[in-house]
Amino acid sequence: MTGTLLKIEGLTKAYPGVVANDTVSFAIAEGEVHALLGENGAGKSTLVKMIYGLVKPDSGTMTLRGAPYTPSEPRAARAAGVAMVFQHFSLFEALNVAENIALGMENPPKMRDLAARITAVSHDYGLPLDPHRLVGDLSAGERQRVEIIRCLLQSPRLLIMDEPTSVLTPQEVDILFQTLNKLRAEGVSILYISHKLEEIRTLCDSATILRLGKNVGTCVPRETSARDMAEMMVGSALHVPERAHGDTGEVLLEVSGLTNAAPSEFGTALKDISFTVRAGEVLGIGGVAGNGQDELLAALSGETRGAAETVKLKGEAVGRLGPDARRIKGLLCAPEERLGHAAAPDMSLTENALLTGARREGLVSGGFLKWGAARRFAEKVIEAFDVRTPGPDNAARSLSGGNLQKFVIGREVLQRPEILVVNQPTWGVDASAAAAIRQALLDLAAKGAAVICISQDLDELMEISDRFGALNEGRLTPLRPAQGLTVEDIGLMMGGAQDMEVAHV
Amino acid sequence: MATPVLAVLVTMVAGGILFAFLGKPPIEAIRVIFWDPLFSEFAFYYRPQLLVKGAPLVLIAIGLSLGFRAGIWNIGAEGQYIIGALSGAGVALAFYPLDAWWIFPLMVLGGALGGFLWAMIPALLKVKFGTNEILVSLMLVYVAEKILASMSLGLLKNPEGYGFPGSRNLQQYPSAHNAEIFTGSGMHWGVAAALIAVIFAYILLNRHMLGFQIRLTGEAPRAARFAGVSPARLVLFCLGTAGALAGMAGMFEVSGPSGQVSIDFNVGYGFTAIIVAFLGRLHPIGILLAGALMALTYIGGEIAQSKLGMPSAAIQVFQGMLLFFLLALDMLTHFRLRLAAKGVA
Repeated sequence: MTGTLLKIEGLTKAYPGVVANDTVSFAIAEGEVHALLGENGAGKSTLVKMIYGLVKPDSGTMTLRGAPYTPSEPRAARAAGVAMVFQHFSLFEALNVAENIALGMENPPKMRDLAARITAVSHDYGLPLDPHRLVGDLSAGERQRVEIIRCLLQSPRLLIMDEPTSVLTPQEVDILFQTLNKLRAEGVSILYISHKLEEIRTLCDSATILRLGKNVGTCVPRETSARDMAEMMVGSALHVPERAHGDTGEVLLEVSGLTNAAPSEFGTALKDISFTVRAGEVLGIGGVAGNGQDELLAALSGETRGAAETVKLKGEAVGRLGPDARRIKGLLCAPEERLGHAAAPDMSLTENALLTGARREGLVSGGFLKWGAARRFAEKVIEAFDVRTPGPDNAARSLSGGNLQKFVIGREVLQRPEILVVNQPTWGVDASAAAAIRQALLDLAAKGAAVICISQDLDELMEISDRFGALNEGRLTPLRPAQGLTVEDIGLMMGGAQDMEVAHV
Repeated sequence: MATPVLAVLVTMVAGGILFAFLGKPPIEAIRVIFWDPLFSEFAFYYRPQLLVKGAPLVLIAIGLSLGFRAGIWNIGAEGQYIIGALSGAGVALAFYPLDAWWIFPLMVLGGALGGFLWAMIPALLKVKFGTNEILVSLMLVYVAEKILASMSLGLLKNPEGYGFPGSRNLQQYPSAHNAEIFTGSGMHWGVAAALIAVIFAYILLNRHMLGFQIRLTGEAPRAARFAGVSPARLVLFCLGTAGALAGMAGMFEVSGPSGQVSIDFNVGYGFTAIIVAFLGRLHPIGILLAGALMALTYIGGEIAQSKLGMPSAAIQVFQGMLLFFLLALDMLTHFRLRLAAKGVA
């Protein structure tokens, strides 16, 4: 580790009603992997956006290799050697890898040269990628490689990564870490944002912790326990979900021979999925994103319908019923995509409470809406799940991702479901809120509901599941008791690192 | 909410420039269009006309706005308006010269049903085969125009009309005449229907589950499906309601201000209503105001034609500008215009 690459001093950014960053200072050394830790809404995103030139700070200075650094736009940041891999990929599915990368370049070279450079860079860093494949056919891990290679082609000095491992299998995470270690050895600095504290302990050299927009401390992750880091983030002792092991009861949900064609060109077809869930049980379903998770949820929620016998609720065939009818019978769902699927972005929380709660909570009578009751239900969700918002009149879009997630899960849990299906319940949610959500799911099961948790977070699945299965290209593996499964077992169930053999020739 | 007002102002400026190029005094032209119908010496004559022109616009636009809110684009209100008029007039002429109180209500139902059925064509095709309702409903306008021509030359032609095209004049058939409720006010039953439609649409959108589903579908289609909204049902409801209201508008027109079915019966209310719906921000009260404003440009435009010799096409351009500037200003409030220097590769 030589000199300081990026030094940040007293950076402040305020939005109406909230100070996102309050005099934040820290420094990243050359060739250092630096973790940025904090709860949802702690100001990590704002800070990173300022470094990447997407947001202008109100005050404070940044110094890059001794020179003042004030990027006015991402282009300027890239020119200065700062690159970023976003949590959400910005790729066009209908274009191939090389075309996608060319779109992000200022002066793209000829396609043939570019393809050659992509192949070269991908081999150098152990990220094999065929430049001529369509992005729509790539797995989430491979799509991330496209984004990483797009950054590497700029030969960056600082690489910012926002939650890069949330979509990867354990084996893919290993490959990513090898790449990052190689970059570090070459002197590239990496600013790494993640909620997965164990990862940070293996990978990062140092960490800066933000709480409520303020820099509350630094630590050396290798020498600090995950629990201590979590408590520094939250500012109080961390509550670990605990479960009262009840006996499992009757079969509440039975899925048999569920086969659905892919809903779109880049969707996944479900192939002969069969399983049962009993009262009081939590079924964990793992798998890499894009292996049928969305499609399975849609088939259970009633958004896609099939033969009546494929989905049975307490013995009753409901495969043909729509979402509303299934909800009345006690089957509730919380989809992964918060904005636009689980919630309408520009509608108020009251209206969003109405979205799924209308029938079970009696928020309509004779077709007319009871706004007062809807508002009270929204307030109840906000209160019970500690959703940070000025009130139920605020639009769903105005909430941070984690807070909206709490609202979405709370809305379903408070409707006392008999069967609850959740997809990525704690995605992008900070440690303490995630613990609260998991606790709510466990409590629900303890009270006799059946819970299906679809997730890509293996720690989460291990923490709450009784039985575990993985989705792989639309097929569900046989279910196994979660107790005693090792990370390697799970990785193999998930299909391991598909097509991911490191391609050093 | 400020953009519609701003759009009106910008239209006045651009329209003034247009009028100046046509060799007409711009300030005076604007005054004639916007001021004279309301406050000039002859305003007593023009004011009732505002209601007569505004009512069909509001009635049709209310129906269209429901669909537009949910992303269902019925562009064929003009056709539904024509078919409604033909059905309503057909009912009246079938009973001519019977004198009975129930003929007019039956005509209202007939007009609504005619427009409803005409709108069901694009609706069912969309639901069953996934066709594009924009194209189908628009094409059906031209089909409806052909039917109108055929009817006024054939089936509905006035047997005592000395061979001239066009039906009997319903104004002279008391049981079927959509007369003014208060004489000289311009307030006919269509005006009443438009006001009722505004109130119903307001309640539907703000207080009823169906209105909530319409808004939800427009805001977030995927969330709407998750909530259990059936897209097919919504297509049928929105197109059907728009068709029925447009059909009623046509019926009120044919039995009142126009009086008879003729080849050139339709004057584009069904298309102008699209402007009214957007100018009114797809909000019932907004549509009421926008309908009044658009009626004003119609009446004012006619005065400008007779007083200043303005070509009628100039007035239509003027109305078109209103929508153009509204959409352009919307665009500019959401996006920033930036002149990019073209780099050398």
